[in-house]
Amino acid sequence: MDAPSSKSPAVIDVVGLVKSFGRTKALNGLNLSVAQGEVHGFLGPNGAGKTTTLRLLLGLLRADAGEMRLLGGDPWTDAVDLHRRLAYVPGDVALWPNLSGGEVIDLLGRLRGGLDPQRRDNLLERFELDPTKKGRAYSKGNRQKVALVAALASDVELLLLDEPTLGLDPLMEAQFRDYINEVRGDGRTVLLSSHTLSEVEALCDRVTIIREGVVVETGTMAQLRHLARTAVSATLTTVPAGLADLPGVHDVVVQGQRISASVEAEGMPALMAALSAGGVATLTSAPPTLEELFLRHYREAQP
Amino acid sequence: MSSELTGTAALIRLALRRDRLLIPAWVGLSASMVWFSASATVDLYPNEAARIQAANMINSTASLVALYGPIYDPTSLGALSMTKMTAVYAALVSILMVTLVVRHTRAEEEAGRLELVGSGVVGRAAPMTAALLVVGGASAVLGLLAAAGLLAAGLPVAGSLLFGAGWAATGLCFSAVAAVAAQVTAGSRAANGLGFTVIAAAYAARAIGDLAEAGPGWLSWLSPIGWNQQIRAFAGDRWSVLMLPLAATALLMPVAFILRRRRDLGSGLLRDRPGPAAGALSSPIGLAWRLQRPLLVAWTVGSALMAFMMGSIANSISGLLDSPAMKDIIQQLGGEQRLTDAFLAAVLGLVSTIIAAYGISATTRLHTEEAGGHAESVLATAIPRMGWAASHWLFALTGVAWLMLVAGVATGAGHAIAIGDPSQVLVITVAALARIPAAWVMVSLVVAVWGLWPHATGVVWGAYAAFIVVGEFGRLWGVPPWVMDFSPFTHSPMLPGPEAQLWGMLWLTVVAGAFLAAGSAAFRHRDLAG
Repeated sequence: MDAPSSKSPAVIDVVGLVKSFGRTKALNGLNLSVAQGEVHGFLGPNGAGKTTTLRLLLGLLRADAGEMRLLGGDPWTDAVDLHRRLAYVPGDVALWPNLSGGEVIDLLGRLRGGLDPQRRDNLLERFELDPTKKGRAYSKGNRQKVALVAALASDVELLLLDEPTLGLDPLMEAQFRDYINEVRGDGRTVLLSSHTLSEVEALCDRVTIIREGVVVETGTMAQLRHLARTAVSATLTTVPAGLADLPGVHDVVVQGQRISASVEAEGMPALMAALSAGGVATLTSAPPTLEELFLRHYREAQP
Repeated sequence: MSSELTGTAALIRLALRRDRLLIPAWVGLSASMVWFSASATVDLYPNEAARIQAANMINSTASLVALYGPIYDPTSLGALSMTKMTAVYAALVSILMVTLVVRHTRAEEEAGRLELVGSGVVGRAAPMTAALLVVGGASAVLGLLAAAGLLAAGLPVAGSLLFGAGWAATGLCFSAVAAVAAQVTAGSRAANGLGFTVIAAAYAARAIGDLAEAGPGWLSWLSPIGWNQQIRAFAGDRWSVLMLPLAATALLMPVAFILRRRRDLGSGLLRDRPGPAAGALSSPIGLAWRLQRPLLVAWTVGSALMAFMMGSIANSISGLLDSPAMKDIIQQLGGEQRLTDAFLAAVLGLVSTIIAAYGISATTRLHTEEAGGHAESVLATAIPRMGWAASHWLFALTGVAWLMLVAGVATGAGHAIAIGDPSQVLVITVAALARIPAAWVMVSLVVAVWGLWPHATGVVWGAYAAFIVVGEFGRLWGVPPWVMDFSPFTHSPMLPGPEAQLWGMLWLTVVAGAFLAAGSAAFRHRDLAG
């Protein structure tokens, strides 16, 4: 399950990362591997340690234990050189109240070592952002756009994005997805932390799910789907007994002739055999979504 | 109207919860200073002759009159003991009240918390009403405690009560000023700046007015701090003058509420103009300059005006001392030149102490930028930590040096014009520059504390207040010299004058360098505070 796609070199390689703030343990032995050219989804509930991981990767925080390699360097000691090759969108975008959006975009771009003016103008147009407004006058979504344009306008190898579409409207989210697909086409790498599962499903090649500072699942979308359960419902002529006892079959509900259940990949052949024996009149099967997988892990977190 | 005020009680509880340490500490400190000063003066001047001599000395020294105001009844023990409390500390009380009002109105609005509160069952006038009630309450408690302190020191009842009432009324008056300032400007920094400017103007107006020979006396009557003097606690007890600050409060508060009702959340009277679509900023120091320029410009103008005024009255001091006994004393001290020098040195010492406050506030920007998430944006780019940190502390060090240069030239110019000797400009400018290292120590102390314990950066203001108190009152209270030596301002050379110790400058610079190195090293190895 932990096997990374070992075809291309790892842009991010984290093993056993530990970080505590006082008595709170934010990360508790986190492993993360992001290969070059992939768009990697980083999922987890609030307080799972996503932002802490990103800040550690940026050398803004210092790890208590564990090994980290970022673009072949050490995030803490090589911070400045590494930052020339990456761009970051913070989860909570803070703009200076008296600087205009355009000034912030240009400043952050230059501090990173330059930005592509053509790409900047193109992004401003795509995100429909007015760069002349002062920082204090922007809405939350527009603040987010300023940070996105500042990060995406740079020609960098790696993008670290902390919930980048938070506050964007659906049209702008679509623009963002198009842009990330272009970034993928250029062979650049993206680490995308998110709550929005549809976004991760649409964009990401691989996904890592964390909870309470440790990884609970990681793999390609196909691998993760395989782990999730398929929702099956059917109308039968006779309902066979013992459906609930089949291995890998859960949540069996029988209402007259109709049954519904959620089924793990391994349980599917046995269930299908049992259903055919009962005489199938109608059958629907919904593919597993990341959402179900995600929710399952969330629920396990609760007592 | 009642629905406008819904939720005021809950907001008062919120404000008291947020300030449960700040307000008691400030109020307690100010009231105990009153008590300390009163009881120390009682011990120091046991008989009337000694008091009259001390009061006449103050009244005949223009610089002291400018700084503290005159003593209206030389025989009064209370008037003498409250010399420093009547104008200087009334101004400090006013600064506290302005800060508190802005903290609970404009700063809340700027941080977006007022939006959260305003969406609840809260009337539109409730937040400002709550802020004014809390600050008004703090003023009243401060006044009562100050009166209690004076009574405890054995001073007359009527004067003690009136003095306390004077502080409370001044505090109220400036909280109303702050409420208006918070509506006119579009941010908490600007609101505080406007409030402090009004305090400074009120202080300067009464200084000019009190030097009746040098300026028009009616100016004192335009100033709330002047009113606090004209109350004349322990020197005639003019209760009716209390009406002036109370009337001003009654006039300004409705103005604040009307302005609040007429503007949108987040806006000031002045609309934001659009900024440039593209920026020219390309370095951390450029950013620091852009962020900190308005404050430095305001300080430059303020320092120049204050220093020029002080410089131009320096010469009049010896002229005002025309009793034969005083002439003797002056001769013993080394002649009129020595007295003028000592006054100028005292002025430059005061100016450097005030300018150090600019240095502290400019350096504290490191903490506000870090806590506000701006440092995260900059440090995620190819800027090393030291480069970012140095941009702010270098700006503060340079700003302090620049302000001392401006103050030196302005003091020198004022004095040179008064005595018709242009060479004084250079002499006094050099004397002012010698005061820079002490202010640098305060800047670097901020860097050290911030580097080691970022959330404790504000503690430096406490240390600064302690240095001022010890410098002002240390000798009066009999504080041992080794305690007074903690203050960097004690070690500045007393220039102009022949006996200045220049070693102090070197040591101060070394200490400043050590603090900078310690703070920088600590910041390099710690987590960025979120």
